[in-house]
Amino acid sequence: MRLTEEEQAMYEGRDGPAVQRAMDLLMRYGRALGAERLVETNNVTASISASTPFMRDFAKQKGGMNAVFSEFSLDSPDVVEIPKVKVFTSHVQLGFDPAQAARMGVPEEAVHFYKKGEAFTTGLGVQAMNTCTPYQVGNVPTRGEHCAWMESSAVIYCNSVLGARTNTEGRESAGAAMLTGRIPYWGYHLDENRLGSHKVELGIDVETTADWGMLGYWIGDQVQERVPVVTGAGGRFSKAPNLARLKHFGAAASSSGGVEMYHLVGITPEAMTVEQAIGRGRPVDTLHYGAEERLATWRKLNANATDTAVDYVMLGCPHYTIEQIWEAARLLEGRKVHENCELWLFTPRAIKTIADQNGYTKIIEEAGGHILSDSCSAMSRATPKGTKVVALDSAKQAHYLPAILGLQAWFGTTADCIEAACTGRWDGRLA
Amino acid sequence: MSGSTEPEIIVLHGRGIVPGVAEGEALVTRDHISGWGGIDSRTGTIVETRHELRGVSFAGKVLVFPGAKGSSGWSNAFHLTRTMGTAPAAMLFNEMTTKIALGAVVTHAPTVTDFDRDPLDVIETGDWVRVDGDKGTVEIRKRRHSDGRPKESWSKPEPPPRSCALT
Repeated sequence: MRLTEEEQAMYEGRDGPAVQRAMDLLMRYGRALGAERLVETNNVTASISASTPFMRDFAKQKGGMNAVFSEFSLDSPDVVEIPKVKVFTSHVQLGFDPAQAARMGVPEEAVHFYKKGEAFTTGLGVQAMNTCTPYQVGNVPTRGEHCAWMESSAVIYCNSVLGARTNTEGRESAGAAMLTGRIPYWGYHLDENRLGSHKVELGIDVETTADWGMLGYWIGDQVQERVPVVTGAGGRFSKAPNLARLKHFGAAASSSGGVEMYHLVGITPEAMTVEQAIGRGRPVDTLHYGAEERLATWRKLNANATDTAVDYVMLGCPHYTIEQIWEAARLLEGRKVHENCELWLFTPRAIKTIADQNGYTKIIEEAGGHILSDSCSAMSRATPKGTKVVALDSAKQAHYLPAILGLQAWFGTTADCIEAACTGRWDGRLA
Repeated sequence: MSGSTEPEIIVLHGRGIVPGVAEGEALVTRDHISGWGGIDSRTGTIVETRHELRGVSFAGKVLVFPGAKGSSGWSNAFHLTRTMGTAPAAMLFNEMTTKIALGAVVTHAPTVTDFDRDPLDVIETGDWVRVDGDKGTVEIRKRRHSDGRPKESWSKPEPPPRSCALT
């Protein structure tokens, strides 16, 4: 790989051992990719927390958070002291909500350790946004901005909806990027890799957030890690999907497959026309999504559930928008969560503050539900005690929870889920 | 001529992306692999619900697969297998992505890609495979004849000392 003078100086240790280790990792990673050089970035989204029991033990035995960062964010052979970060960095979601640890079954000791870790994180200059949706709370990259983001659902949003440029980075490459302001110039940083590989023609209108999740889940399964170009029914989308719909669409497509970039013709910034999205004269496969594919996807997402008695309803994957919290509050107002069921709703801390101000938190709590922040059940492996059957409005969470926690998962609309929370029974049907 | 005693060795050539030499029994899948949420790092077991290898551990095996998918936690999930002693001995894959490139680099398991022949067509689960991540070569000793009969001469070689995989 070719390095600039500045990069060579960092590689040779001018800025200390941690930056040297970071450059060494970027070189090993870049060579593995086949990248020719690095690109400057001033926008990183990363995880550096240690909120799982394994990471806590690792920190205790090997030398605290510097040891955790050295091993798991730099792949360093030795423990080095970590300097303040060079570039703007957002922290992704955590292993639990430190404000509601007891509810999540997390012991006091873990919270105590987490708080020390958070002081380390913010001390480095990392923004404690603690969300899978940094684009909701102050990190909204501009079109063409080179980023180094973790979190597949955020990566696909960053590339596709915002037109910024990032690959799916991991904990180690994002760790190296925050100390150096560099990331391999490869993949979605280059124009030619952002062009579509598949055309997806919609035969039906896609309406609800759950519908967009199903479409994404189907597309990811079909195209795996390629770049789908979606055209609306009859050639154009009758309505522009909002943030929540695209958040669920992208999260699903990056879970069933590895989609990191898509185009919606007439909607997303690099797809004003089909030709712009695909490139002139490039042949691509065409797929068709209609009522049959939608039904098959709905069945697939509900395939592992048989028991209609629901113990737990989880909303907020990816983290709920304030609009979604408003919707949940309206559906819940004046009702009660069933005595055999629990309702947890996950959102970033900053949005929870708005929900508190708006009175939504009060409405949801009076109904017997809870708003949590910073995490989700898949990240935390935490559910209400004794949960066997969960109801979800997120295809991504429905993909992961049965695998991670061995639960039965029902998938449906937000309204289906609130209904299940209030009745304790699943009665979701494909409308 | 009845059954040669020398087992046939097939050699694939590719690009080594993680250095070192390791060998072991092949574990082959045509399904992409999810890292975070797709494997249990504590045991090196695949847990994804609809994966053909669900419940199977890749610890100490030469993992042969098309590529990575899913969460950006891929590299961390495989990084953890190294620190927990459940990592694959080596990895062979076809489709380059940032997830697999970073994951392989931090797992420190010798890894080869960009092959002259598709390893998924050549290697079957149970074959004995030696991976040289410095040279980008893979040597395969087949466990079975092409008609499916087991090879009389096939016997599992002694695995190399652990340090061999960590060069």
